[in-house]
Amino acid sequence: MEIDRRDFMKLAGLGGIVFASGLAGRIAGATRPKQEEFYFVQLSDTHIGFDGPKVNPDARGTLKKAVAAVNSLDQKPDFIVFTGDLTHTTDDVKERRGRMAQFQDIAGQLNVTTVHYMAGEHDAALDRGDAYQEFFGKLNYTFDHKGVHFIVLDNVSDPGAIVGEAQLKWLQSDLKRLKRDAPIVVLTHRPLFDLYPQWDWATADARSVIDSLMPYRNVTVFYGHIHQEHHYMTGHIAHHAAKSLMFPLPAPGSVPKRAPIPWDAASPYKGLGYREIGAEVKNARYEISELAIQGA
Amino acid sequence: MVAEENVMKRTMILMLVMTTAFGVLAYTTYSRPPADDVKVIKITAKKFDFTPSELTVKKGVPVVLELTSTDRVHGFSLPDFKLTARIEPGKVTRVTFTPDRTGEFTFSCNIFCGSGHEDMAGRLIVTD
Repeated sequence: MEIDRRDFMKLAGLGGIVFASGLAGRIAGATRPKQEEFYFVQLSDTHIGFDGPKVNPDARGTLKKAVAAVNSLDQKPDFIVFTGDLTHTTDDVKERRGRMAQFQDIAGQLNVTTVHYMAGEHDAALDRGDAYQEFFGKLNYTFDHKGVHFIVLDNVSDPGAIVGEAQLKWLQSDLKRLKRDAPIVVLTHRPLFDLYPQWDWATADARSVIDSLMPYRNVTVFYGHIHQEHHYMTGHIAHHAAKSLMFPLPAPGSVPKRAPIPWDAASPYKGLGYREIGAEVKNARYEISELAIQGA
Repeated sequence: MVAEENVMKRTMILMLVMTTAFGVLAYTTYSRPPADDVKVIKITAKKFDFTPSELTVKKGVPVVLELTSTDRVHGFSLPDFKLTARIEPGKVTRVTFTPDRTGEFTFSCNIFCGSGHEDMAGRLIVTD
């Protein structure tokens, strides 16, 4: 069943965000809201190299399905972001690069001009991002798109899950040149708040990052790491976690142990997915549409 | 007579000093918990577990965790008591705290250490 995005249920409003969910993306005939100036797609936590048939028997095929789905969108996104954990970690440095090459082969099939990558701790924490940078470039950077300033923050290449003093200074220097009402989107891997530190769902020096961002009125954070949709506000700053494309994880603190949720044969790919984010720049308003992975 | 009075005075002063000293000693001994009342727990960290992984302590009794690693750098994080430590091989890292509430609390490694990092966790049980 295909659902026109105009028919998606509007679930809630939070920090200038409208949520929507459905099975299909921007299909033929769908009309973009008049105010929306562009949209992009967020894919996250693809964990290429993960092997666990009870968790995902289609570990080698799930990202390929997502790529095919994105390629079939009638309206091409302006760009795509991957918010970390592109690969599943390994101590074997050769295998690590092998997994990155596999990921690159699949992501290279995306039929879009621009893809922005960022690292997760699985990609970068064991070698401080050396292999990652060989394949995907810098760990932290900025880019601008149609009036929105995007900041990619690295909170994973230090194994202690910090942004660190040097990057913090870099961030503050970047922010200094922006107007206080500039639309800013921060893309990162770990939550920039203490979501559930007992499960390592935090960034140790997140407070310093948030303090630096707080004077800016239109800041939104999109991240990964927790393998589920999650929405949270720190003051006026909204944080939106994306689903994984390998395995879902339980809600924070809902079970004693943080372990992947087993595959449900009756509902394949349940809990996995990606999202479209429509940007209405003038009002720093974003519309998130959560999209599921379709079975073969 | 004067000499006898002086001897008595000195004796009284000496007794007073000794009594005070004894009292101070007794008070000090009473108010400071003996070393036996500080619970020392040795914990070994290695990829990807803590041994022991379940710790039972008493509320109000000071605890010293002596953390060592047998392979690489690990972390120790007990967010409910705002404790974090870096555990380096070849060193003993001591973490001291006094649990102020009962319950079960999760501790975990907070320095990414490999494919089993997410499973490297344990439980602190604080009883009355």
